[in-house]
Amino acid sequence: MGDPLAISLFSGTDDRLGAAAVLVAGAAALGRPVHVFLQYWALDAFRADRIQADHGLAPEAGPEGANAVRRLRRTGSASWSETLRQAKDIGDVRIQACSLSMDLLGIDMSDLDPLVDDVEGVATFWSAAEHGQVLFI
Amino acid sequence: MTVETLRRVDARGLSCPMPIIRTARAIADMQSGELLEVLATDPGSTKDFVAWSRTTGHELVEESQEDGIYRFLLRRK
Repeated sequence: MGDPLAISLFSGTDDRLGAAAVLVAGAAALGRPVHVFLQYWALDAFRADRIQADHGLAPEAGPEGANAVRRLRRTGSASWSETLRQAKDIGDVRIQACSLSMDLLGIDMSDLDPLVDDVEGVATFWSAAEHGQVLFI
Repeated sequence: MTVETLRRVDARGLSCPMPIIRTARAIADMQSGELLEVLATDPGSTKDFVAWSRTTGHELVEESQEDGIYRFLLRRK
């Protein structure tokens, strides 16, 4: 059992969510517990009715980057939500919604994809992060 | 007497982190000492399987490469 990994996931674009999903899955495969805290636009991307939608890319992608991402999708590379689903399947991965961001977006648990385990506040996040590493994406 | 069964994960054509995810899932269902063969084409997998083996404690018994296909033989701890 490795050190726990705590990730504050803020960005809601497909490239950043994709990079985060790869980190989560890799840590889970190595046996590290992972705690993901969904804030702001990342939480918005986990709405049940739009998790499969196109969430765009970070500005640095540019047109060339957008083409590269489209090419990767065509090869059948797994989506970030599918990667997270598999990460939860093999390891100790918890995905929590930030309660402030829930208020901001005006949503409740029934609006979110089942990938999201629960709602929590920031103190719970820091408590889970206490003995491990923290990432902000 | 025990019969050694060889399980296989075919991760050819899959990009990172799928080869490692499929492997972690397969090995979870195996008994201690059983062997797992993994085939992959992701060029990162050579280093990935060494790192995965070191961290998880599952032994990397053999690794080879032929025609762009990497083969790993792992033993569940």
